[in-house]
Amino acid sequence: MPNPTLKILGDTPKAVSRRRFIKGVIAGGAAVSSASYLFRNSVVHGVSGTGDRLITLNVNGQLRRVDVMKQETLAWTLRYKLGLTGTKLGCDRAECGACTVLLDDVPHYSCSVLTHTVRNEKVLSIEGLANEDGTLHPIQQGIIDEQGFQCAFCMSGFVMATEGFLKTIPDPTRSELAHGISGNLCRCQDYDKILTALMRGAENMRTANHV
Amino acid sequence: MPAFELFQPSSISDAQKLLEQYREDAWVVAGGLDSFDWLKDRIKRPKALVDLSGIAEMKGVRTSSEGVEIGAMTTLTEVVRHPVVREKYGLLAEAAELAASPQIRNQGTIGGNVSQDARCWYYRAGWPCYRAGGNVCYADTPTGRNREHAILHAERCVAVNPSDSAPALIALDARFVLRTPKGERIIDAEDYFIGPDVDITRLHILKPGDLLTSIRIPSTWAGAQFYFEKVRDRNVWDFALLNVASAMQVSGNAIERIRLAVNGAAARPLRLRAVEDAARGKPATSATGEMAGKLAVQGAVALQFNAYKIPLMRNLVKRAIGGVEEAKWVS
Repeated sequence: MPNPTLKILGDTPKAVSRRRFIKGVIAGGAAVSSASYLFRNSVVHGVSGTGDRLITLNVNGQLRRVDVMKQETLAWTLRYKLGLTGTKLGCDRAECGACTVLLDDVPHYSCSVLTHTVRNEKVLSIEGLANEDGTLHPIQQGIIDEQGFQCAFCMSGFVMATEGFLKTIPDPTRSELAHGISGNLCRCQDYDKILTALMRGAENMRTANHV
Repeated sequence: MPAFELFQPSSISDAQKLLEQYREDAWVVAGGLDSFDWLKDRIKRPKALVDLSGIAEMKGVRTSSEGVEIGAMTTLTEVVRHPVVREKYGLLAEAAELAASPQIRNQGTIGGNVSQDARCWYYRAGWPCYRAGGNVCYADTPTGRNREHAILHAERCVAVNPSDSAPALIALDARFVLRTPKGERIIDAEDYFIGPDVDITRLHILKPGDLLTSIRIPSTWAGAQFYFEKVRDRNVWDFALLNVASAMQVSGNAIERIRLAVNGAAARPLRLRAVEDAARGKPATSATGEMAGKLAVQGAVALQFNAYKIPLMRNLVKRAIGGVEEAKWVS
């Protein structure tokens, strides 16, 4: 007879996956920020500046209340205020691309965007790509199919840059895609395999869209 | 980044009021890619950031029979993709597409591209050099790292202008529309840029309180024969070591009209008038290019590590006139 305790443990990776754990953390953050929303009258309004530090962001299809400093970059807000650590900070100087996210479907270096300036834009980070049920986005699946990255620190940036690029050219040649993601660096120098994986991802996307 | 107050005006006049109010303490942000480096390195510490991204009247490309007007806050990607710019003013599309990386072009603006600051690393690292208001140039010394620096018109400071779109706009005879506290001012693209002889601390004529609001390209050169080439160490992201932009109209066997500019050679993009005058009326061949190239580098002075720029500029000018096919390097 199977041990019920073991069964539960066996299910644990699914029940409390890393993804769900992060989501839990985010929900906690949302509760905290909505609490501050209730007491927003206590916030001193700037006379002619952008006003509140407490702003609403549209991140991965969710409206998130978050307390943001005027000088805060989007990468910082995503990682350290919203718990979306899939967005990586590499150089913090718009040079490496690890922090790439989409703003209204267009790839941007989130390390070089002030969070306050994207209040009216839709932010999409790597966490917003996969389905709710855990089905991976076709580009992500392409990377698994081709094992395209080594250390993969740069991966989320590459995936977001590709997602944005494919919105303009859905059926690129290898060199077109290389040009499209040329704003991202990989320190492992794994470019050839990355490109193969992302080309597979592009193919997966076309297949998925035709179905 | 150090703390600052952030303002996001929605009109040019509101932005001007803020600049009026904060004067030297204000910092104007377009795409922000040049600005944030200064702020993150804590070299510049403005009290107020005036972000222009909310000003709709400064965005987009308007076309008319007289040419195109590009709002200063139009991103480089929008410029590159605009059908009329591509069709008639391909020189600019080509230049803008070679700037930086895709993400930077998605965010960086045409106004910002022509107004960005020098990239000399001594200056960018906060050394108290001439350009920073000090009394020495660290790049122009026997051991200074000056491979990327100026070969022409250097005076105390040897930094160069890093813009790719600037020479293309000069070749297209563009006008820059400025909004100053005294009202609107329209100037030739060429006159927007200044060298150390005029003001060693700035690369352009904007004073505190001034804004570049749009760039007008007249139809004079629409559909002309264009040439743009950018030479850099890496194929992406890098600033130009040198670039060249030319617009030519060739009728019959002779160059009827020509405008030619290079950047990366001096503190401002240089329109090569002497070259234009010499090439006019001659055939657009490598022989003319050869002559033009030699003329272009007259008076060029190499620093310790940038002597390669002199033959490079000579050859770029040669290619811009005679074409690439005929202009193969002969040692």
